[in-house]
Amino acid sequence: MAIKFGVVVFPGSNCDQDAYYSLKKILGYQVEYLWHKNHSLNNSDVVILPGGFSYGDYIRTGAVAKLSPIMNEVKEFAERGGIVIGICNGFQILCESGLLPGVLLKNINLKFVCKDVYLTAVNTSSIFSQNINRSLLIPVAHGEGNYFCDDVTLSDLKKNNQIIFKYSSKDGDVDNSSNPNGSMENIAGIMNRKGNVFGMMPHPERVCNPLLGNSDGKLVFESIYKSLIK
Amino acid sequence: MYKVKVLIKRRQSILDPQGKAAEQGAKLLGYNNIKEVRIDKQVEFVIDVLDEQAAEIEAKEFCSKLLSNPIMEDFEFSLVKINGN
Repeated sequence: MAIKFGVVVFPGSNCDQDAYYSLKKILGYQVEYLWHKNHSLNNSDVVILPGGFSYGDYIRTGAVAKLSPIMNEVKEFAERGGIVIGICNGFQILCESGLLPGVLLKNINLKFVCKDVYLTAVNTSSIFSQNINRSLLIPVAHGEGNYFCDDVTLSDLKKNNQIIFKYSSKDGDVDNSSNPNGSMENIAGIMNRKGNVFGMMPHPERVCNPLLGNSDGKLVFESIYKSLIK
Repeated sequence: MYKVKVLIKRRQSILDPQGKAAEQGAKLLGYNNIKEVRIDKQVEFVIDVLDEQAAEIEAKEFCSKLLSNPIMEDFEFSLVKINGN
């Protein structure tokens, strides 16, 4: 059976097409768009909440999108163990909806950061990061990517190996100078305790086509795909 | 009918970079005594119900489900009866 990806489209999503294009044209996977007002995930095996500025980022990033009709289905799907990925604004939506712990605060320097950054997988056995044993070069583009949670949550994240990616140097050193937004402990991506819901601020879907000179993003999607066809 | 004014405040323990930037601006203006600037949000709305308790419950739910995020913010609100229903 072919694995199907569903890309949710909220009003204001703007990385939905990048995700669709990379999954379909570069990776050759089955993929379809899911309008946020739908009440069905159309039998998707993996649901992607893409980047963008859903509902204009009003109130807080992701605060209104969490109330979109399709989010009821996304929550039920996640509770049943379905794989959900939030990229950038999608990560913010997952935090707002309570599917992931914590919150993405305004970048510490108040600037919108748009550049390539290196990530290191600190958990290389999750569905999302299997065998990613080198640093990845992936772009970030966000104003609110400064991950924050309380101390109890942070120690839980560490204890359960829920931190997947950290901002690092090319050589994998996790230090302040590699942190683009002030994120707690350089956190770039986390998963839930069950290991089926994952959010990351950097954009792997933007770096899949080798013509762009970098296809590191493919490793994340390939990791998910491989875990499902096993 | 009730007029509701909500104040949403970022927790003290959470850095407020906008407040910090405003503080730096104060210094640039020469106001060296200004400290601890915090930029909060105020939201106003009307609840069209007769019963004050019902208004209070609805306002509280709206604040906690959408207007604020309990991980980083606290909120307080006031209700004032206005003309209408």
